[in-house]
Amino acid sequence: MTEPASILNLDGVNVSFDGFRALNDLSLQVDRGEMRAIIGPNGAGKTTMMDVITGKTRPDSGTVYFDGRHDLRRLDEAAIASLGIGRKFQKPTVFENLTVADNVLLALAGERGVFANLFSRRLTTAGDDVDRHLTVARLLDHRERPAGDLSHGQKQWLEIAMLLAQDPKLLLVDEPVAGMTDAETEQTADLLREIAAVHSVVVVEHDMEFVRRLGVKVTVLHEGSVLAEGSLNHVSRDERVIDVYLGR
Amino acid sequence: MITARLLSGRMTVWDVAFLLLLLALAMLVPLLNLVPEAGSGFHLSAYMVSVLGKYLCYALLALAIDLVWGYCGILSLGHGAFFALGGYAMGMHLMRNIDGRGVYGHPVLPDFMVFLNWEELPWYWSGFDMFGYALLMVVLAPGALAFLLGWFAFRSRVTGVYLSIVTQAMTFALMLAFFQNDLGFGGSDGLTDFRDLFGVSLSSDGMRSALFAASAIVLALAYLCCRLIVSSKLGRVLVGVRDAEARLRFLGYRAERFKLAIWTFSAMLAGLAGALYVPQVGIINPGEFAPAKSIEAVIWVAVGGRGYLVGGPIGAVVVNAFKTFFTGNFAEYWLFFLGGLFLFVTLFLPQGIFGWLRQRLVGSREERS
Amino acid sequence: MVARSDPRRPPRILEASHLFLLLLSLLGGTAMAAAPEEGFDAERLQQLGERNLRVVEQAVADIAASGAPESLEVLLALRDGRLYRRQHDDVIVVANRVDGVMLYSDPLLGTLGEPLADDEVTVIRVSNRIRRALSAAIASLSLGSDDAAVRFAAARQFIDSPDRDLLEAIEEALAVEEVARVRQALEVARAATIASDPGQPDDARMEAVERLAEAGTSRARRVLLSMFAEENSALDLRRDEAVAVIDRNLARWQRAQDLWYGLSLGSVLLLAALGLAITFGVMGVINMAHGEMIMIGAYTTFVVQGVLRGISPALAEVSLLIALPVAFLVAGAIGVLIERTVIRRLYSRPLETLLATWGISLILQQTVRTLFGASNQRVETPSWLSGSFELGQLMITYNRLAILIFALVVLAAVILLLTRTSLGLHIRAVTQNRKMAESMGIRSDRVDMLTFGLGSGIAGIAGVALSQIANVSPNLGQNYIIDSFMVIVFGGVGNLFGTLVGAMTLGVTTQLVEPALGAVAAKVLILVFIIIFIQFRPRGLFPQRGRAAE
Repeated sequence: MTEPASILNLDGVNVSFDGFRALNDLSLQVDRGEMRAIIGPNGAGKTTMMDVITGKTRPDSGTVYFDGRHDLRRLDEAAIASLGIGRKFQKPTVFENLTVADNVLLALAGERGVFANLFSRRLTTAGDDVDRHLTVARLLDHRERPAGDLSHGQKQWLEIAMLLAQDPKLLLVDEPVAGMTDAETEQTADLLREIAAVHSVVVVEHDMEFVRRLGVKVTVLHEGSVLAEGSLNHVSRDERVIDVYLGR
Repeated sequence: MITARLLSGRMTVWDVAFLLLLLALAMLVPLLNLVPEAGSGFHLSAYMVSVLGKYLCYALLALAIDLVWGYCGILSLGHGAFFALGGYAMGMHLMRNIDGRGVYGHPVLPDFMVFLNWEELPWYWSGFDMFGYALLMVVLAPGALAFLLGWFAFRSRVTGVYLSIVTQAMTFALMLAFFQNDLGFGGSDGLTDFRDLFGVSLSSDGMRSALFAASAIVLALAYLCCRLIVSSKLGRVLVGVRDAEARLRFLGYRAERFKLAIWTFSAMLAGLAGALYVPQVGIINPGEFAPAKSIEAVIWVAVGGRGYLVGGPIGAVVVNAFKTFFTGNFAEYWLFFLGGLFLFVTLFLPQGIFGWLRQRLVGSREERS
Repeated sequence: MVARSDPRRPPRILEASHLFLLLLSLLGGTAMAAAPEEGFDAERLQQLGERNLRVVEQAVADIAASGAPESLEVLLALRDGRLYRRQHDDVIVVANRVDGVMLYSDPLLGTLGEPLADDEVTVIRVSNRIRRALSAAIASLSLGSDDAAVRFAAARQFIDSPDRDLLEAIEEALAVEEVARVRQALEVARAATIASDPGQPDDARMEAVERLAEAGTSRARRVLLSMFAEENSALDLRRDEAVAVIDRNLARWQRAQDLWYGLSLGSVLLLAALGLAITFGVMGVINMAHGEMIMIGAYTTFVVQGVLRGISPALAEVSLLIALPVAFLVAGAIGVLIERTVIRRLYSRPLETLLATWGISLILQQTVRTLFGASNQRVETPSWLSGSFELGQLMITYNRLAILIFALVVLAAVILLLTRTSLGLHIRAVTQNRKMAESMGIRSDRVDMLTFGLGSGIAGIAGVALSQIANVSPNLGQNYIIDSFMVIVFGGVGNLFGTLVGAMTLGVTTQLVEPALGAVAAKVLILVFIIIFIQFRPRGLFPQRGRAAE
């Protein structure tokens, strides 16, 4: 059996809330190993698209396939995460009452059952794995601090460390640099490029400078469907994209 | 944050102190009851032994509530139902033990069934003459009910206040049902007039002491189990469920299974508490299902401090000691006091007695170092 | 679900026969003041106390024939054992029980010189023979009455106890009767009389049976069952058929009656839940003291009635109308106080709010218990809410009907308030987006306070209405709190229309299930149903959807 080229395939997806069409016949394909940036104005359907992929929202119609064979419409969040789709939220959500190390420990792949966790020995054995991810996220010094004490930017990074610990095949990253300083933004871009070397990544972002820095293929969403696709230079010359962004 | 600090360790000095205290009580209380002459200054009356034993049963119930509320964020307003079910299971065994010595002298049927002109035992009463079977039912009946309710509720993501209301409706429905005579559990009078357990009279000093010691030991074991659970990796997952359930799902954990497991386990602990309670107070009736009872148990945990395990038992003993004092002296002020306690704790002492004490002690030690 | 408010308890109305008597004695009472122009004299009256039955019989006939307005009262008193002989001078007096005390009066002259004690009089007893004569006399007298209600009640009596001697009187009355309702009753009475009389020709009786089947009432059914017909005769078979027809008809009416009880219970639930629909549904505050707000409303009614009675007994009729705004203000003020002192500090902690308000509910209960005692307080029902009327075979009590209408009016008022007033606009704005509303200059803390006060005030109003059907005790609120939450959760939080549908659905279902299962089992079943329902529709029947609800 040959591996399909695309890791994620959305076809004709529709979602509406009380008559409001959040996604309108959306089709999108992400290749294995590709990093893709998704941009679009507010209400374009970026977050809803993430929700559909991760099982939080069920589409009214259309198909969503992962790795060519997993029908994501039939699975719940936990099952989809176990397949290897990791998600970083727009607003950083970490377990504030647990230590930074424990946050990463929970994210480490494997051991998702009740009894597996009750009898888990990772509390004593997984230190090295946890430290490896914390080093990448530059949080090793904060290992034993409660995650709730971290700064906003540090929480974003902790989330990324947790994503890495999950070892997913596909990462969905929602506005990773919101609220970050310029320096942090730069570091994050570097980190994402590093990650993209071994994973498929979908990044949703507002910050054009950041998207330019990533230097990847861009998809422009508008009113729930794809408006344009291609390099950033290509799409930013597109008349319709300019209309949407400048509101002409 | 406190939780995080607590969880990063294993058994704390508090745990050890609490367990040692229980073991000391388990030996000392029976000793003081059985050895000194009645009337001597050291003698502990049989009545007091039963009162203290009752407190320990409440402490176990509070421990069960803290496990789900403090660590998993599930505020149950229906744990009294699990407590009562365990109590009824034990009560049924004690009823069977009466063995023809009832007022009507029927060889098998309890008095209330003879009174209602029943011909034979209903099927669900069979087997309760065996202690082992009754003990199994003490945990299985509340466990099964909790599993059923939790299975549906957690899968449909009924959370927060909604879940609280559902649990309250559950215990309310059970109360109405158990008040019915034709359900076969003695109607509004419940089960009472027990004689003996293992052939020993329930009113004998030895039995009272033994029941007290059993309560202390069961509480200690349950505490140990809960501590092991919350300090394992499972404990971290539970805190994750409590604080950010959705996030945990996106990490691949099926939050509902974790909730279901801990919820069912907690209900079983509550059932055990009820089973230990009934022989010590000598009666179980549908009043134990009253929603107010369950809510009162929640306030024990809030008073003691939730999310520490030891807080629940502390709160249960403190509040009930007050209750014994008030109802003996100024009965009509008890509700004022209890209501005021609800307000005071939620508004001014959100971390409870234990949390407050701990903060003061740990805080001052940190200042010194 | 609310045990205390079961609409199946014996309705506070008089049975038809009592109503009949009541009306008759009222009639007699008003006529008493007028001086007798013609009619019977003291001598006839005296004869009623004779031992000789024939004399008594003649006196009864004479008094009935006299046409005097007092005759009815006297005959009724005799029949009911309220006619007495004053021991020292054998004067005949009529006794009436007023407020539990026997008052004696002279039927011809009105009041006696001095009140009589119970041991100064001897009751006049009647034999069966006299009783029969009395019934006939009373019947013919009442059919001649000017009051249609009296004639109607009389006609009904003839259906209940058909007497062939009365057939002529009934037909005469039918010939001149103009009121449709009375005509109908008289026709059934005529049919009942003919059908029960074996002396009538068979075809006439067949026709009468037909007519009784058409009437379709349980009265007609009783007549049919008690009529004599030879076994397996055509008449007998026709009779059985007619009974079956009536049974089907009655079963339909019974279902309609259950439906009415259901709507009535639903309206009670709606009233109880409306305040909570605002505090919980709109604000998201878990107010466990909601039931106590209802209780406070009921006690306010009790106090208002006491004060008004002190001012003037005439005010009793309007006491409920006065109690409504007072209860709204009292409960609303307590609500505002609770919001300011407690709930405000707990907005981000819903589970703690639940515990704190439960504490408040305990304190409020105990306060009321300390002030008023633990027992039930008696709240008066004004006369315009007492009694009942019949709609076809439906028995509808006025207080239940009033509560149904009142609940809908309050619901409409709340909806109007939320959608048409600036306060409503502010409430909705704060609910949907607090920060945005604040930035637009809405003082959200003030809105919170007023919203909570509004919800509490409406609970107080509900208490005024519920004081008419529930026991006013410190535990009153406890009986409604779980039901109220069930209604809200079932209907969908934050949706008043859902509250209406939820309340009515739960009320009707409870009442339809109850005949088959019994009251408690029905309640348990409904609770279990809701618990299961929430599993499948966690947001209720009419959920708020979309991103805002996430």
